[in-house]
Amino acid sequence: MKFLPLIWSNLRRKRVRTIFTLLSILVAFLLFGYLVAVRNAFEIGVQIAGVDRLVTTDKVSIVVALPLSYTDRIAQVPGVTDVAYATWFGGIYQDPKNFFAQMAVNPERYLRLYPEFRIPEDQKKAWFADRTGAICGRYLANRFHWKIGDRIPIQATVWPKKDGSSSWEFTLDGIYDGAEKTTDTTQFLFHWKYLDESRSRRAGTVNWYIIRIASPAEAPQVADRIDAVFANSDNETKTSTEKAFMQGFAKQVGDIGAIITAILGVVFFVILLVAGNTMMQSVRERITELAVLKTLGYPNGLILALVLAESLVLAALGGALGLGLAWLLISRGDPTNGMLPIFVMPWWSGPTGALFIVLLGLATGTLPALQAMRLRVVQALRRG
Amino acid sequence: MQRLINWFTQVYAVGILNLRTLPQRLGSSAATVVGVAGVVTVFVAVLSIREGFRATLQETGSPSTAIVMRGGSDTEMMSLVSLEDARVIQDAPAIAHQAGAPIASPEMLVLVDVPKISTGTDANVPLRGVTPVAFEIRTHLHIIAGRNFVPGRNEIIAGAGAAREFAGLHVGETKHWGKTAWTVVGIFTDGGSVSESEIWADLNVLMGAYNRGTIVSSVYAQLTSPGQFDAFKSALTSDPRLNVKVQRETDYFADQSIAITSLVTTLGYLIAGMMGVGAVFGAINTMYSAVAARTREIATLRALGFGGGPVVLSVIAESILLALAGGIIGGSLAYLCFNNFHTSTMNWQSFSQVAFAFRVTPRLLAQGFTYAVVIGLFGGLFPAVRAARTSVAAALREL
Repeated sequence: MKFLPLIWSNLRRKRVRTIFTLLSILVAFLLFGYLVAVRNAFEIGVQIAGVDRLVTTDKVSIVVALPLSYTDRIAQVPGVTDVAYATWFGGIYQDPKNFFAQMAVNPERYLRLYPEFRIPEDQKKAWFADRTGAICGRYLANRFHWKIGDRIPIQATVWPKKDGSSSWEFTLDGIYDGAEKTTDTTQFLFHWKYLDESRSRRAGTVNWYIIRIASPAEAPQVADRIDAVFANSDNETKTSTEKAFMQGFAKQVGDIGAIITAILGVVFFVILLVAGNTMMQSVRERITELAVLKTLGYPNGLILALVLAESLVLAALGGALGLGLAWLLISRGDPTNGMLPIFVMPWWSGPTGALFIVLLGLATGTLPALQAMRLRVVQALRRG
Repeated sequence: MQRLINWFTQVYAVGILNLRTLPQRLGSSAATVVGVAGVVTVFVAVLSIREGFRATLQETGSPSTAIVMRGGSDTEMMSLVSLEDARVIQDAPAIAHQAGAPIASPEMLVLVDVPKISTGTDANVPLRGVTPVAFEIRTHLHIIAGRNFVPGRNEIIAGAGAAREFAGLHVGETKHWGKTAWTVVGIFTDGGSVSESEIWADLNVLMGAYNRGTIVSSVYAQLTSPGQFDAFKSALTSDPRLNVKVQRETDYFADQSIAITSLVTTLGYLIAGMMGVGAVFGAINTMYSAVAARTREIATLRALGFGGGPVVLSVIAESILLALAGGIIGGSLAYLCFNNFHTSTMNWQSFSQVAFAFRVTPRLLAQGFTYAVVIGLFGGLFPAVRAARTSVAAALREL
């Protein structure tokens, strides 16, 4: 502790340089926080997937509709405890840029399968009773400033009505909150019956089934059993765990994780170089002083620790500020206007960031610290 | 005039002095170069994704081809057109004819799951049902391996991009979708367009396999000239029998690329912007130390009568030179590693896979170099001003 003032005055020796080194470390960690959030946004579906939920789609493609009659047949499969279904609506609210998921579902069962959607009991009841009613997540409601009771017009792109018009209107009966910070609160849900009665074609079909199973350990067996029921029918099915389903969906975009890891690799390498270079410079400039310290009897280990501590303090300050700034920016929300609905910093970015801070501090400080430790006093003093 | 020449001589003298002493500061200068190289690599690489994706969708379509879909549809996936309507569309004015028949192609588009080779998971690959007239509209389409499908048979041909990115699409292999088994009989290219991400089959066979009755997705029409588009459009939209949306093929595909290109552009600029700020800080440090190491020399020059301007300019020039070197290294690295790097992604608007290649275009490289120069400029500015402002007496006293 008593050496803190010494470290501090060393850092203040060239104030401008310290500040700019600090700022470049700050930028590195700001980027780290930001990219982790981007990656998280792409992969969030996988992490929040329920372990006891399966998804059944048509074997050929998710866009091929399955008959509604599968509901009961799936429910009879041993190991299945609950079934809900959904149809993708894919409509446009005001402008195509305002993208969000709209799904026609069977309300009671759907909410039973997604207990992480928290909605007040009275709103739930109102929605169940209102044929043209809808509910949406908190994020979505905030994004478009919707209030309960609002009439929300949506232009259909897939489902024109029987009368040929493609404008659908819904009444907002409820707004759900997420049980966790990572719960998807960007969905817009309405009665499948409303869709089915009014749409001009493919009545009696759904896009996918969501299934609750009794035991997550049995997921592969139950999935096989479900698919076996519909083998050799007109609509063969493909059942996977919700996790695998989401993973497949995320991977359709490409390996986002690899791209972001690569970018972060470059960023840290660059910052390491810049900060490390500055550290070495400042040690070189202080060779005389270090020699004086040694002459005064400072042991080699202490010299090493002093220089290392300096780089660690720099890394910690810059890193903490960078992560904090990233957190501030990220909590302001999705930068892409709806493309990345769940834009949050995952919990592990704190500890991982801390680890990177220590590594960066050690990496930038080790070489100059060793240099300082191995200093030969006589030579160093003569040079000064 | 004399003063101007004198001024330039001064800039030159200080500049040369700076460059001569560069080897003494090799470490920190190299750090700046590598730092800027990293920034430019990331900048060019990320934006080359956008260039490649956009190029693929822009190369699709000719201005004299129109695509007709059901009113309100944004993509062919969502559109349904009855064969009856398709016949009405075929009789519209302004459509080019060959051997007395209109060049108008009713087409059906569905998605099928095919494992993506890079990830091993299923991806949505477009499967298009066409009639022979479709090949008259796509004039760049060539079969590069195998042969074309025979109408009436369960045969498919795969685009070169699809065959490269997705598993089991080589000539001779068989694919099972639903109850139908399809044999791959050929591979085609289409001038780098989005068709190369698709699989094609005979329209009638595909409609049968999907129990689609008499419904197709869209009609592609070859117009007599690009200028005839408005006439064609107004003829169809004013026809009371039809409820259709008419677009130029080029516009349709340009619209399809908006979501991805805007996402990549936002993220690309954001990342490169932040990294650039980091690199500026690094460059400032390097230049400060460069100036600090030469305090005496600069002071001596000032004492000899050199002006402040040449000192400022020479420091900035050095910084820009270092950054530009980094920019060139970074740009070349991005070009070597990423130009023509093949991949595929999901087009969020049509929900289907598009195979494309990253493109490091000359314009993108120029942008990267410009960015490097800007970083160098800002990195050199403050240290340069400081160098010029240091009082001569104080600097010399440091001796």
